[in-house]
Amino acid sequence: MTSVNKDRSLVVIELVGGNDALNTVIPYNNGLYYNFRPTIGIPQEEVLALDQELGLNPNLAPFKTLWNQGRLAIINGIGYDNPNRSHFRSRDVWYTAEPEKISAEGWLGSVIRDLDPAGENVLTGVNFGRGLPRALVCKGVPVASVGNLETYGLMPDLQDEMTRRIALDAFSRMYGPTPGKDAVAQVLGQAGTDALKGADILRTAPQLYSSDVEYADNPIAQTLKNVAQVMCAGLGTRVYYARHASFDTHSNELLAHAKLWQDVSTAISDFTADLTEHGLEKDAVILVFSEFGRRIQDNGAGCDHGSGGVAFVIGEPVNGGFYGEFPSLREEDQLDGDLHFNNDFRSTYSTILNKWLGLDPDPIVNGQFEQFDFISS
Amino acid sequence: MGNSDVELIAHLMRRAGFGATRDQLDFYAAQGYEATAEELLNPVDERRMGDDLIRRFHPELSGMMGPNASGENWLFRMATTTTPLQEKMSLFWHGIFATGYPKVIHGKALSDQIRMFRRHGMGSFRTLLVELSKDPAMIIWLDNQDNHKGAINENYGRELLELFSMGVGNYTEQDIKECARSFTGWTIANREYMELRSQRDSDWPYGRIAWHFEYHPEDHDDGEKEFLGQRGCFNGEDVIDIICQQQATARFISRHMYSFFVANEPPVPEWPDTPPLDEQAIQQLSQAYLDSGYDITAMLRVLFNADFFKSRSSWYTKVKSPVELVAGVLRLTGEFDRPRREILDRQLQAVYMGQFLNNPPSVEGWHEGTDWLDTGSLVERVNFATQQMGDANKPGVQAMISNVAANAVGPISPERLVGECLDQMGAMSVSEDSRRVLIDFASMGGDVALGAGNSDEQSRRQIGAVLQMVASTQEFQRS
Repeated sequence: MTSVNKDRSLVVIELVGGNDALNTVIPYNNGLYYNFRPTIGIPQEEVLALDQELGLNPNLAPFKTLWNQGRLAIINGIGYDNPNRSHFRSRDVWYTAEPEKISAEGWLGSVIRDLDPAGENVLTGVNFGRGLPRALVCKGVPVASVGNLETYGLMPDLQDEMTRRIALDAFSRMYGPTPGKDAVAQVLGQAGTDALKGADILRTAPQLYSSDVEYADNPIAQTLKNVAQVMCAGLGTRVYYARHASFDTHSNELLAHAKLWQDVSTAISDFTADLTEHGLEKDAVILVFSEFGRRIQDNGAGCDHGSGGVAFVIGEPVNGGFYGEFPSLREEDQLDGDLHFNNDFRSTYSTILNKWLGLDPDPIVNGQFEQFDFISS
Repeated sequence: MGNSDVELIAHLMRRAGFGATRDQLDFYAAQGYEATAEELLNPVDERRMGDDLIRRFHPELSGMMGPNASGENWLFRMATTTTPLQEKMSLFWHGIFATGYPKVIHGKALSDQIRMFRRHGMGSFRTLLVELSKDPAMIIWLDNQDNHKGAINENYGRELLELFSMGVGNYTEQDIKECARSFTGWTIANREYMELRSQRDSDWPYGRIAWHFEYHPEDHDDGEKEFLGQRGCFNGEDVIDIICQQQATARFISRHMYSFFVANEPPVPEWPDTPPLDEQAIQQLSQAYLDSGYDITAMLRVLFNADFFKSRSSWYTKVKSPVELVAGVLRLTGEFDRPRREILDRQLQAVYMGQFLNNPPSVEGWHEGTDWLDTGSLVERVNFATQQMGDANKPGVQAMISNVAANAVGPISPERLVGECLDQMGAMSVSEDSRRVLIDFASMGGDVALGAGNSDEQSRRQIGAVLQMVASTQEFQRS
């Protein structure tokens, strides 16, 4: 383990619904690809070539620029043993880093605990969205869950600033520490106090921020703008979580997948530009993952749930390039009609945990996994 | 009828149901505590609405196959039922026999399991276990379709003993194997096909198909077994008979019941090493279980009439689960006088707070008590409660404001206003600390002058603001 800078942070972006890996990173010189994808195949001449074999879907054009800058690591053939093709179960596997049994502790929850063992900063982990994905759940670890940064906090429906201040003042008195209270009151009081504290700090972030980058008007772009705002405010946040949906392209894939990736890749590229503008590009690494890839054979309009997928690790500190192996499309190499995974997703987790965040990865990912070189320790 | 009786009935309704409005409490108070408990214990819902009718008003277009429909339907019932204990007991059993969507991937099968709890959850525990063992969602959840003669799968056999009836330390690994053998042949029809459908999660293009239980005698191991010291060619029902006779089962179910209705026990894995909070209460409930021939309602009757339940010291000691909180708010706001599609959002609110009905974190169910609370979930809980109670367009909120206004003649002091609002929120009692803060809050607007009548918008706003603040108290988070 290396001792690392306390400014280093991790931004995790979940592509909810199962991103079609094979239409994301495309083997554009492989005839089998076009045989299996008669309706949703991306024409060879449109693919943005990365090398002689593989190229990006044209809707990921901003990723091509990141690739050229050496900031894009592509992890092909990512997955886990005995893949589960249920959205919920497979998500839980990725969330808990535990494919064998059902576990309730999230890997990022453990990360936040290890980064801030004394729980000194209630904003060490910030989730953007409603409700906490299990990835961030860990007993006793506070994680702020932000639906909308501008209005984040308690009782946001109180429009009048004065009324809200009076109400929050009353709330802070009711949830403040009082000796002799029972165990439930102590937990309620702690959570209430942490919530107020987190909200007070977080709400300052948008006011402190200015940027020349103009984010698009779609949810993932606005979320990444919020992430940049919190990062620029220097609140000590180390783990950021965002989700974008829905990649569950059973039908209408060509149109839907195009829009999804235009939004996501543009948002990420704007975000990295924003970090550079603020001199923060050396401090952040982005992980993009999805719960599974999709079938090799298309279904005439889209494709169904599969297993082996693709993940991306992005940022100035990243050694760009291909990692893992691109799975073979030959029938005998497929896994029940899916891309056969060849690297456990916990190798990618371990690399980030160890080489980027300086943590002992094994207890977090429930095992010892070979690490990649997409980050130099 | 003294106010302390109303408060006691309010406690009963919070625990045995999802809370009650002041008007409902008046109705119950008129008949008294024992009669109210008896009414809860003998549910007859003459106004019961069919599932199809409920679904007509909040179509979710998945044929109830998706992960949300069952919970939405159920939450509507919790928010509107006239037999709240029946829904509460279904929630109780759902917490113990925790079955989840990620593996079952069949919303209708999960919904059918909840209906089964509604039907059998207050009857004989023996019948309940038999029905549970035949429940298609449970069979898939714990792999009993893979439990074959000569090739047992122990998953259901183990959890039946460990999590569903006796708890660890009361049987051997050999008993688990014998138990599993007894349940060989208990499967669902067209197993291979249905299982494949489930595992592939392929709802395209045909949708999913209803599951039903099927017993395969040719796949049942009818050889002799030795289970918990008894010998015989046991089938599943024989094993359940033996389980039900055990003192350990009586205590295990009693402790669950105590934890759910009286005060939170630690998580189940700690039970073997931790004595119950109230040993005498567990003995009383166990006795009721054995004396009545495993009758759940007989146990509940003892519980609701016991001092350990009624005592003021047990009020507000529990943390409401997200579903209890949401259903409780909806009962107060009266928003769902009929099914509405807004129930889709209300169910999501409970998900944001950490409780996704039909999707528990594991077969161990949810960890209750203070484990419901973290920074993120508390923000969701407080925001939901205050937002809903702060919406004066909701019929229930309107009624509360009118009641406060009608109960007053002329100006009312902040002290009185707070008292009236607490009363309207379901005869709530709060700590002196909370009361003082609420009074200070109410004082900001001075006395509420109601001389101008109920139409006085300013007074109504003042009353509404205090009701909303009551919804933000610690006590409102508790049951």
